[in-house]
Amino acid sequence: MSESNFTRFVEVGRVVLLKSGPQTGHIAVIVEIIDHNRAIIDGPTTGVPRQAFPYRHLALTPLVVAKLPRAAGSGIVKKFLEKAGTVEKWESTAWAKKRAATEKRRTLTDFERFQVIIHKKARRDKVRKVLKAARA
Amino acid sequence: MARKELAPGVGRLSRSQAYARRQLYKGKKTGTAPAAPETAPTKEVQVGGDKNGASRLVPTSKAPRFYPAEDVRKPKQSRKAAKPTQLRDSIAPGSVLILLAGRFRGKRVVFLKQLESGLLLVTGPYKVNGVPLRRVNQAYVIATSTKIPLGSDFKVDPKINDAYFAKSEKKRSRSAEEEFFADGKPKEKEAFPESKAADQKEVDKAVLAAVKSTELLAKYLKSSWGLSKGEYPHQLKF
Repeated sequence: MSESNFTRFVEVGRVVLLKSGPQTGHIAVIVEIIDHNRAIIDGPTTGVPRQAFPYRHLALTPLVVAKLPRAAGSGIVKKFLEKAGTVEKWESTAWAKKRAATEKRRTLTDFERFQVIIHKKARRDKVRKVLKAARA
Repeated sequence: MARKELAPGVGRLSRSQAYARRQLYKGKKTGTAPAAPETAPTKEVQVGGDKNGASRLVPTSKAPRFYPAEDVRKPKQSRKAAKPTQLRDSIAPGSVLILLAGRFRGKRVVFLKQLESGLLLVTGPYKVNGVPLRRVNQAYVIATSTKIPLGSDFKVDPKINDAYFAKSEKKRSRSAEEEFFADGKPKEKEAFPESKAADQKEVDKAVLAAVKSTELLAKYLKSSWGLSKGEYPHQLKF
């Protein structure tokens, strides 16, 4: 029982990403487990109201808020989140950064899309020049 | 809201509501139609020729010389009045537009003003992408959110209006012989009028200065717009 292929568990303190509903894309913390389908989640610092949420619409992240007491109230959860700096840790993960990048890409205007093309060309050009010089 | 009846025989407005709506409290109108100008039934017309008598009495309005065999239906009179096209909120002087149809389709141009006919006056500027002062229909244009800082007091010369763009009179048609010999040779073109070239330069002066102020904007206006794989207009933000 010591070695398990599973590392991300549904547990009190697990940071989850909401995949549907009005707060899609926000993170919250599992505060209490109701049954095999639902848990109570709460995200006082990320704008997620305390509510029962099905696991179907949650994505488990590798982050955990350690030692969070079971069924803690929103105030306690907020204190723990701020102490652990969970939201900052999340924003600095590659997962969160990728999400932010795709979101930004969708909101680019025509001129911004043009600027991306120019910058990509310039970067490509520099890289190739350096590579050529290194090969020579 | 029912337009006419709530149920057969039950109108939308009550008796008093209808009274108020028709403003009958003001009293019924008792005016007379203005008297039609008096015209004599016959008029005197001078007739030429010796034996025809000098003048003749001719009825002012002639009876029709043709009556259709059956009664012809008169078309109903339309009560619609054409209004000038409303300018989209997203379009303002200095906006960059993408032309979707016509000779310059795919070009990004600068919007100057809306003309009286409702068409949009745009310019390349000419030096940047070859689009001259031109009229363009709002329906064939994508308005981008990019705006060129023209300044709040930017004004186009009022002489550039719809009449400015009217086509010149066509030349006389050539004789069959001339056409036969001219067939196959390049058509003669009139040289572009100097005044129009000067007007273009004048208008473009302010626009070009503003374009040069922003980085990459000139390159942007030079390039063409197009959809590539995976790009869908309803998902793009302009």
